Amino acid sequence: MSSNKHRSKKVILIISILLAIIFLAPFYLVLTNSFKTQQGIFLNVMRLPFGDFFNPQNYIEAFKQLNYIRSFLNSLFITVFSTIIIIIFSSMAAWMLVRTKTKLSTFLFFLFTSAMLIPFQSVMLPLVNIMGRLGLLNPIGLIFMYLGFGSSLSIILYHGFVKNIPIELEEAATIDGCSPIQIFLYIIFPLLKPITVTVSILNVMWIWNDFLLPQLVINKPQWHTIPLKMFYFFGQYSRRWDLALAGLVISMIPIITFYFIVQKHIIKGITQGSIK
Amino acid sequence: MKQSKLWFTLFIAPILFAFIVVVIVPMIVGIYYSFTDWDAIRTGSWVGFDNYARVFKDKDFFNSFVFTTKFAIISVISINIIGFILALLVTQDHKISNFLRSVFFLPNLIGGLILGFIWQFIFTRGFDAVGKLMGIEFLQGWLSDTTTGFWGLVILMSWQMSGYMMVIYIAALQNIPQSLLEAADIDGANSWHKLKHITIPLVAPAFTVGVFLALSCSFKLYDQNLALTGGGPYNSTQMLALNIYNTAFRFRDFGGAQAKAVIFLLIVAAITLTQVYIGKKREVEM
Repeated sequence: MSSNKHRSKKVILIISILLAIIFLAPFYLVLTNSFKTQQGIFLNVMRLPFGDFFNPQNYIEAFKQLNYIRSFLNSLFITVFSTIIIIIFSSMAAWMLVRTKTKLSTFLFFLFTSAMLIPFQSVMLPLVNIMGRLGLLNPIGLIFMYLGFGSSLSIILYHGFVKNIPIELEEAATIDGCSPIQIFLYIIFPLLKPITVTVSILNVMWIWNDFLLPQLVINKPQWHTIPLKMFYFFGQYSRRWDLALAGLVISMIPIITFYFIVQKHIIKGITQGSIK
Repeated sequence: MKQSKLWFTLFIAPILFAFIVVVIVPMIVGIYYSFTDWDAIRTGSWVGFDNYARVFKDKDFFNSFVFTTKFAIISVISINIIGFILALLVTQDHKISNFLRSVFFLPNLIGGLILGFIWQFIFTRGFDAVGKLMGIEFLQGWLSDTTTGFWGLVILMSWQMSGYMMVIYIAALQNIPQSLLEAADIDGANSWHKLKHITIPLVAPAFTVGVFLALSCSFKLYDQNLALTGGGPYNSTQMLALNIYNTAFRFRDFGGAQAKAVIFLLIVAAITLTQVYIGKKREVEM
């Protein structure tokens, strides 16, 4: 019985490892081929990038063509600022919505929740039209739009968390003469830290990888984010896999690095985000 | 009382303003625009149901609706089955379980556009090379016709999203009381019986979440579709979102595109509402 169990455990382990290899295979092929010459890729995809196949110049060329530093900083700027304002304004709003027991606050929370139903494509055309009229088809406008689109999920997550914070603390602070701003800043916001981590991660991953909204909003090449730059780069070099693959690798590096730093929180965040 | 209203406004106004400008107004304006002949520059005049009539006669749109639905059904099944199997495998308490979880989750982090390009390479070069090497004709010429384009998208989405589902199912599996499984062990149940009679029924609520999440993601798919097949050949692998985009920006038919967008809204909302309904019903039953 016990040796039987032992054996089945081993079988499961082997199956798992095989699956992991299959999952990693695409990354492996992209990585090895990104170091090869165009001809090397064409002649043999499986061969490792040694000898006359070896061509690390791909990376220098892709780095230049993608205007990598600039695109990276653009992505970083847009992602970080959007996430910060989403955090600030959604936590403030969620706290107020929980603590105010009026018909209006119930209605507003309902409005934010039901907006989860709306797919982006159904509002994108009028949105771009309106933003164009307001002169906001630029990075600032983009950050503003992320605030609007990020509001629903972030408020729902904060709302659920605030509900479990006992109100006594705030009442005592009010009696001591604290204003709501002070209460929020010094008492509530620090308590929200675990959910703030979750909300930040979910928003960072979404905004960093987002393609369609920047494609519609950003028309100046100097403001292109990494996915946007990659799209045009790929269109230009679709027959040059050597350059395209090197470009793909360097455009994946930041988010993978981010993953290995905050991995534990990502898994937790996904679980919370999906159940809500 | 007056003062508390002021605080309420101060705390809620900023995000509410952005939300209204970015989501609510475009939605209402969008419904109005779908009844006009606007062209993204001028507001246009009222044309009644003309746009909708044109959309219902649009063969491309009908085809992409059928394609999207087929794709959604197949990928929902495959994403959830693979995700559940992965969750079972990595909760077996091996030394490398955590490492395996990271590996299976990895594709999820990367944007759909980049994933689409990666798989374009794998299908057109990798598959082709293996096919030629081993003389398997089936592996050659992927993405050049509708069938391989379809299965290419299914494979890409299963690879990307099953790790996400795995995370959801791991959470559900960890909520199963160990005592139940131990009791079953004592009663002499084998692994298959435990899976069938304990694990799967207890994980059922998570299945609802997983199925609908995958369903709405599949219906809204855009980046991967654009990067992997671009809708080709001859628009035969074009999904709804891409069709709406092309109607507006390639064919400059903004009225028609917005009518499609409204239909799209109704489809996606119906899917999500069904999920909410099932979730609520289950809560009542429990």
